[in-house]
Amino acid sequence: MNWIMEPWPWYVSGAAIAGVMLLLLLVGKNFGMSSNLRTFCTICGAGKSSDFFQFDWKDQKWNLIVVLGAIIGGYIGSHHLSNDVAVDINPKTVTELQGLGFESAGAEYLPDELFDAGIWTNPKVILLLALGGFMVGFGARYAGGCTSGHAISGLSNLQWPSLLAVIGFFAGGMVMIYFLYPIIFG
Amino acid sequence: MMRSLIYLLIGIFFGITMFKSEAASWFRIYEMFKFDAFHMYGIIGTAVVLGVIIVQVIKRFKIKSFYGEPIEFQPKEKSVPRYLIGGFIFGLGWALAGACPGPMFTLVGAGYLPILIVIAGAIAGTWMYGIVRDKLPH
Repeated sequence: MNWIMEPWPWYVSGAAIAGVMLLLLLVGKNFGMSSNLRTFCTICGAGKSSDFFQFDWKDQKWNLIVVLGAIIGGYIGSHHLSNDVAVDINPKTVTELQGLGFESAGAEYLPDELFDAGIWTNPKVILLLALGGFMVGFGARYAGGCTSGHAISGLSNLQWPSLLAVIGFFAGGMVMIYFLYPIIFG
Repeated sequence: MMRSLIYLLIGIFFGITMFKSEAASWFRIYEMFKFDAFHMYGIIGTAVVLGVIIVQVIKRFKIKSFYGEPIEFQPKEKSVPRYLIGGFIFGLGWALAGACPGPMFTLVGAGYLPILIVIAGAIAGTWMYGIVRDKLPH
């Protein structure tokens, strides 16, 4: 059982994700995580500002339970199923990230520079995280889905709109990393 | 109650998978967009290949859910701009925050509390979309 404590190889991980999609289909649901963000808005009263949020959120309760599970799974994965959480990325990437000021590259799961407890007093980092999240939420709803809804569920069902969305994801990601990172972190 | 427990267990399995696959790692997302490793492409590729087989088998053999209902697949609405523009904005955020909507929650459980700022931002972004969506090309 030692392998389970190590980072999972891509083929185990990919198969596990397909397994999640299959299990959800078998209980009559669809795999799509960003829908929960819309449900949160509705619970917070967003129905007053847009009819987009006027739906009975109780129909989405199952997905909120999946979210709760994902939180618990994150705790179990990091605290009980890992000896060392450092992510062994390409040494070339480590050098490059260190050049951008990410000293923790290659030694941590997430960069200390963005996710360490010390960031709460760093307005620049708080703004960047909020902006990143904002674009994820806005873009996911605009595109009608995120990685799970389009890249996994949509492509699995051979939906060409999902392929367009995935092309968009990569175009946006590459613009951010190739052109905007040197400006933001350089 | 039984159904809720099943959703919870699926979610736990998903959360463990997101963490252990390192798909929830900001570093892996950066590395993916730089094409410096096969890891993330292997994960998504495996999931999609198996996913295509799963969907085809379900359709071909008209497999029903555990509760005896037919399994239905909603076709995505036909459009171009919403997927490309929306996807582009999503990609900008994904590469900056290093987390998409599933892993965000996994990271809360893993104890990286600044991810809560990302989640708050994502909820605000979703809300903003709901307000302005009638003015956007779809």
